Amino acid sequence: MQLIIEPGRTEKNYWKDLWRYRELFYILAWRDVKVRYKQTVIGILWSVIRPLLAMLVFTIVFHKIAGLQSGTATPYAILVYTAMLPWQFFSTALTESSNSLIGNSNLISKVYFPRLIIPASAVMASFVDFLISFVILFALMIYYHYMPPLQILLLPVFLVFVFVTSFSLGLYLTAVNVKYRDFRYIIPFIVQFGLFISPVGFSSNVIPEKWRLLYDLNPMVGVIDSFRWCICGEPFTKHILISISISLAITFVTLIFGIYYFRRTEKTFADII
Amino acid sequence: MGNAIIKVNDLGKSYLIGHETQGYIALRDVVANKTKGFAKRLQHAFSGKQLMGTQEVEEFWALKNVSFEIQQGEAVGIIGRNGAGKSTLLKLLSRITEPTKGRIELNGRVASLLEVGTGFHPELTGRENIFLNGAILGMSRAEIKSKFDEIVDFSGVEKFLDTPVKHYSSGMYVRLAFAVAAHLEPEILVVDEVLAVGDAEFQKKCLGKMNDVSKKDGRTVLFVSHNMSAIQNLCTKAIVLSNGEIFNIGTTTEAISSYLSINDQKNSGATIKNRIDRKGNGAIRFTNVKMFDADTQTEVTILLSGQNIFFRLYFDKQDKKELNSFLCAVGLSNQLGDILANLNSNITGHKFDSLNDAAFIDVCINTLPLNNGIYRLTLFSMVNEEIADWVENAFEFSVEQGDFFGTGKLFDRSFGPLLIKHTFRM
Repeated sequence: MQLIIEPGRTEKNYWKDLWRYRELFYILAWRDVKVRYKQTVIGILWSVIRPLLAMLVFTIVFHKIAGLQSGTATPYAILVYTAMLPWQFFSTALTESSNSLIGNSNLISKVYFPRLIIPASAVMASFVDFLISFVILFALMIYYHYMPPLQILLLPVFLVFVFVTSFSLGLYLTAVNVKYRDFRYIIPFIVQFGLFISPVGFSSNVIPEKWRLLYDLNPMVGVIDSFRWCICGEPFTKHILISISISLAITFVTLIFGIYYFRRTEKTFADII
Repeated sequence: MGNAIIKVNDLGKSYLIGHETQGYIALRDVVANKTKGFAKRLQHAFSGKQLMGTQEVEEFWALKNVSFEIQQGEAVGIIGRNGAGKSTLLKLLSRITEPTKGRIELNGRVASLLEVGTGFHPELTGRENIFLNGAILGMSRAEIKSKFDEIVDFSGVEKFLDTPVKHYSSGMYVRLAFAVAAHLEPEILVVDEVLAVGDAEFQKKCLGKMNDVSKKDGRTVLFVSHNMSAIQNLCTKAIVLSNGEIFNIGTTTEAISSYLSINDQKNSGATIKNRIDRKGNGAIRFTNVKMFDADTQTEVTILLSGQNIFFRLYFDKQDKKELNSFLCAVGLSNQLGDILANLNSNITGHKFDSLNDAAFIDVCINTLPLNNGIYRLTLFSMVNEEIADWVENAFEFSVEQGDFFGTGKLFDRSFGPLLIKHTFRM
């Protein structure tokens, strides 16, 4: 095996290296999962409790107090929880991945491996939490005697969808955060603000037609709409199709751009971190 | 040569040092500087001056014009002072950072060990950290599994394998970490001063392991160290770096002796002449200090523990008249200013009757009893029982580890700065 190192040379075997280091990806994700709940009393239960509490707050505030209805036969709690799951995954993935490079700076300055592994494994670790918190969803279904529609079988497709969306945005933020640490302060804001412009506490149907396009520019709208269609059996309208296509397009563009930007700046990480 | 495993050609790495910037750039600064730059550009445009740059940036070449070739199976030492570019070279070879110019050709897998226990997580157990660290260093899970017992055996921490490493003593931590690294099987192993930690016994074990790696298995080892005796034992060839450039490449002995004689402005005693913070009537004045190897009578700039050396103290005489009852003393202290010893012609009973033609005095020390570190000399002299010249901390020099005891074994610096010949009896 021959390897040539020159300035500005984009190595041809980068993707091969990525494959060769796949075990590092698993093990870093495993480390993050393992370490996250160390020294906590209830451990992994936290990954279930956080979305559950958020769901309770939303149900009490929006449903019981503000009197918001689900508009379909689906119980409001399930409607909120279905949206809360991908949203919480998205927000933790964004936060974790954007801090991942800085958190692993000792690795970056001491060993070589494709840096892409670090944000990817951070997103993966959040994904594990996400999968675990599905337990509550099934518990809710049993509690409400709710029978999910047949399209729930398509859920894995949408899991991949939300993973790629979160990863591509996270990747871009990760790269800029190394250079401009300002993003450390911007990201919590994005996450907080995003919760209110995404259809978590309400259904996309309540958005007036003239704002619809602007609203759809948020890639999480398409993601959450698709989860709602898949789990709550909301009708597959033209709107859902549009929001999903827009968010697929945005995801695709950010993924390409994120990888490009990440690859371009990756070489200098060790110098500026 | 055809079968060079590492070929480095005209390698260079520069860093931009902004005089204003901190470690990283904040968007705020970019905005501020862009605005400032814009204003400046406007200003310059009006005044018709050409603009060079908007920020005070200095280019610093950590490494330049470095070319060498290493054959398969060679163990090559890399030596140089702090800041000579050793670590930068290793970082480039291990692909952690990209060169600014030049080219490196590697004909084999590289594993780099720039730090012991990279990526160890304090919350994870020893067992888990073996897998984590192994993966970080580029081993596959299957590879680690097959060597797991060997690793544990080498580290000697089997009792604590299921304890989080945060409860480990630092010695155990290092042993476990090195054990993982020692079982890497790359064609090229790049090792930075990792042996500076750990107890002497374990250091020996590591050196032995590295020796096996290069001699028995025919792997190539690049080894950076300040420990000259380790370099001497382990390497067949050495590269001396100075100020980012190659100073010498040759056999280990040759390279070490050239390293010890690097002439560096920083270490020069020539500034003593211009010191004004001195006491005394000035009957004589110290002007310079040079260090010599007593065996070869050659000038050196770095000393080795156990070496026979002398300091040559140069001085000027104020007037030509005879100087009687001259006394010379040299105070030795460490970098923190703690006084370690005094070398005094009054104590040794040496009488300088006349200094008529002399321009220097030699202060001789056989088997230098200092461990590695940086030391300072304070120069003192009396003429006719009056202080003639007294310069505090006149000269600074560094000592590297050498074979003081003649056994090839070394004390870590943390055991103290002084080395004393001793024996045991029962």
